[in-house]
Amino acid sequence: MFGSYLPILVHFVVVVVVAGAIMGLSAWVGVKRPSREKLSPYECGITPVGDARGRFSISFYLVGMLFILFDVEIAFLFPWAVVYRSLGWFGFIEMFLYIVILLAGYLYIWKKGALDWTR
Amino acid sequence: MITVQADDLVRILPQAILAGFAILVMVFEPFLPAARKTLLGWFSLFGVVAAGAATIRTSFSPGLAFGNSISADRFSLFFICLFLLVAALTLLGSFHSLERENINHGEFYALLLMATVGMCFMAASTELIMIFLGLEISSLATYVLAGFKRQDALSNEASLKYFLLGSFATAFFLYGIAVVYGLTGTTNLLVLSAQLGRSGEFRPGAVFAWVALLLMFVGLAFKVSTVPFHVWTPDVYQGAPAPVTAFLSVGPKAAAFAVLLRIFLGAFASAGSGVFWVFWASAILTMCLGNLAALLQSNVKRLLAYSAIAHAGYVLVGIAAGRGEGTAPVLFYLTVYALMNVGAFLLVAHLAGTGERWTRIEDFTGLGYQRPAVAACLAAFMLSLAGFPTTAGFFAKFYIFRAAVHSGLIGLTIVAVLTSVVSVYYYFRLIVVMYMREGKAEAASASLPWALRVALAISVVGIFYLGLYPTDFLLLTNLAAVPLP
Repeated sequence: MFGSYLPILVHFVVVVVVAGAIMGLSAWVGVKRPSREKLSPYECGITPVGDARGRFSISFYLVGMLFILFDVEIAFLFPWAVVYRSLGWFGFIEMFLYIVILLAGYLYIWKKGALDWTR
Repeated sequence: MITVQADDLVRILPQAILAGFAILVMVFEPFLPAARKTLLGWFSLFGVVAAGAATIRTSFSPGLAFGNSISADRFSLFFICLFLLVAALTLLGSFHSLERENINHGEFYALLLMATVGMCFMAASTELIMIFLGLEISSLATYVLAGFKRQDALSNEASLKYFLLGSFATAFFLYGIAVVYGLTGTTNLLVLSAQLGRSGEFRPGAVFAWVALLLMFVGLAFKVSTVPFHVWTPDVYQGAPAPVTAFLSVGPKAAAFAVLLRIFLGAFASAGSGVFWVFWASAILTMCLGNLAALLQSNVKRLLAYSAIAHAGYVLVGIAAGRGEGTAPVLFYLTVYALMNVGAFLLVAHLAGTGERWTRIEDFTGLGYQRPAVAACLAAFMLSLAGFPTTAGFFAKFYIFRAAVHSGLIGLTIVAVLTSVVSVYYYFRLIVVMYMREGKAEAASASLPWALRVALAISVVGIFYLGLYPTDFLLLTNLAAVPLP
């Protein structure tokens, strides 16, 4: 009855073993030279504690928004990839148009310098 | 298995072309030097014209497309043509004032085209989800457009206000759709209309049916700015750059009216008299408050904003007049309103000067002597807005009132006539100031750029043509008023 859930159980076990092994190994083998900067929550980026109304670079917003945009794009590609064969050429052309539109957006933000952190 | 026929694509051809041009404008934008951005404006105008040509092609193969979610009927094609006209006029009128305000960026043109795409989809959809998507596409673009003067605090305020209230209102609309789906199991207006036509009423309890209809009405009422959902209108119209206001006051409003017609006189026409009283009450409130508040304004943009609210009230009278009578006059009214309002706002945008400084009524003192032609244009728009005979505004109001009388709405018609008499006072205030006061008009700035002249000429000629020979166009609107949805 639960036979169909067996692969999920196997997956679960594999995940726990692999993740545990990686983290355990790095804790055991790794060299630890802690410093103040390394122990702070975000090693790079803004200072984690301070006035909430402090000024920081607008680039954080930009990169955040752009990340979400292109992340959602990837999320739409997954279901398409699953039914790719049954959709045939129709699905291919639709997805092609979709990617082309996103590419236009990518060109735009690139040329505008939104990806240029030092600007 | 989804398949797309060639006909499906032909039936969304105008929208597809507009969207394609919008994307191209975005791609070209960063590659053009700042001084040559107007090229993108002309390119967008070409796109609008191309979409207009595509409408002709679409009209040869009318019908439903994409699983009955889009309808290329005469009604939607009429509205698409109207939106294209509004977009073209706004483009022509915006080049110069964008340059003057130093905000001549290609994004303006791309956003304008995308807003038009959204509006076209609103008018053409027979599927509530698709209508919602159109509403969102046009709204998101217009939120940004309202704040296009980035350095200007008022413009920022306008954008933020419009965004917050607008997204709140679209949530209402979406919730209404959800309730409709919960009650009937479909969001397709054609299926809904067939189901309701049989049973005459929502099956599981009428209370939720009312909740659904009222929620959808509130969402759209915000877009057409009827009282009491109008509070954002004056602030947004005042703060947004004037060419954007010209577009805002007409485009999204007409699109929302198209949806109101399709939903309330189409799919839910059998929902009965309760819907009628909603329109009746909001028409009276909107006409009274819009016109009375306009009396107190000293800023021309705010005055026109309240006048826009009042005009939404007259259109609601047409919708209240009902299915057989009201649709064609509403289409006529919206077209006339588009011509005169876009014209008036574009002219005000030009006269207001750099930074839109001269927008008080007193700033127009004596304009009639300094700039006779310009003042005559503005006077023509004001006369038409007031509904003066020989201008199109007269026939627009006349047909609406006639439809209302034919439907037996005597009380509503009396209120409408009385409030439009009141409205004459504030429209004439501007004319009086221009012609009957001595003074040096602050607003008399540089000469009219020729693109703006073309836009104004189209509006003025349109107003007088429809005011003197309304019959042909009335026949056209009768053709476009097909049984919905």
